Amino acid sequence: MVLEAADQAAVRALWLKLGSNVGVYTTEALERTFLAFPSTKTYFLHLDLSPGSAQVRAHGQKVADALTLAVDHLDDLPGALSALRELHAHKLRVDPVKFKLLVHCLLVTLARHYPGDFSPSLQASLDKFLSHVISALVPNCH
Amino acid sequence: MVHFTAEEKAAITSLWGKVNVEEAGGEALGRLLVVYPWTQRFFDSFGNLSSPSAIMGNPKVKAHGKKVLTSFGDAVKNMDNLKGAFAKLSELHCDKLHVDPENFRLLGNVMVIILASHFGREFTPELQAAWQKLVAGVATALAHKYH
Repeated sequence: MVLEAADQAAVRALWLKLGSNVGVYTTEALERTFLAFPSTKTYFLHLDLSPGSAQVRAHGQKVADALTLAVDHLDDLPGALSALRELHAHKLRVDPVKFKLLVHCLLVTLARHYPGDFSPSLQASLDKFLSHVISALVPNCH
Repeated sequence: MVHFTAEEKAAITSLWGKVNVEEAGGEALGRLLVVYPWTQRFFDSFGNLSSPSAIMGNPKVKAHGKKVLTSFGDAVKNMDNLKGAFAKLSELHCDKLHVDPENFRLLGNVMVIILASHFGREFTPELQAAWQKLVAGVATALAHKYH
């Protein structure tokens, strides 16, 4: 399933605005996820999760790069994210529900930093985009 | 049962005091209907829900949103007994309104997003975590009497 044209345009426009700060927001989203949903920490026993951790920042940047890759390949998310799908499903074995928690915290973070831009339509487009990303990452996700 | 620390209760109550319940209620319900269009199934009698602007401007959406959020204020006042506070509403949502409890979780998360957009810097990760506990507790309390 491919994202509709209007949603694609909205997401691309936002990503242009975020510029090189995507990593800042994904890092904040990770911090929020760990605090609000402590069960997510069970997947990160190898990282220092204390506030301001450089390891969380590094992981945030990885997430940012993956999302930017997704934005650049909106017409073929499964193809673009196939390596990450393999990783998350077979090596990391993350419960699919956890991705939704991170997505929610990313929306919270963006709403916090860009309240003027965060219209209901943009929220809807982002929600759909990120749902497509989750579907591309998780083989059996529904 | 959800347990809130004294700090969490104080932080939640303090933020709630600054919320314009009427405006936030309309916005929360409106965004729910825009972002998760299947939720419109409960609101056939509301008239024009054909576009985001129609939904956000719809007076029935605003009025009902205000009702919902006013009721949420009871949660803030009864954080130690959410199940008791929402028992009657739980029965109503199951027996009369037939609302899938999943919708309560969706609305709760929309509310958290709205709080983030309104309160910006003040909506720290710690404050969000407290609010996530509250909205999850309310959703569970509202689902509690389902049979």
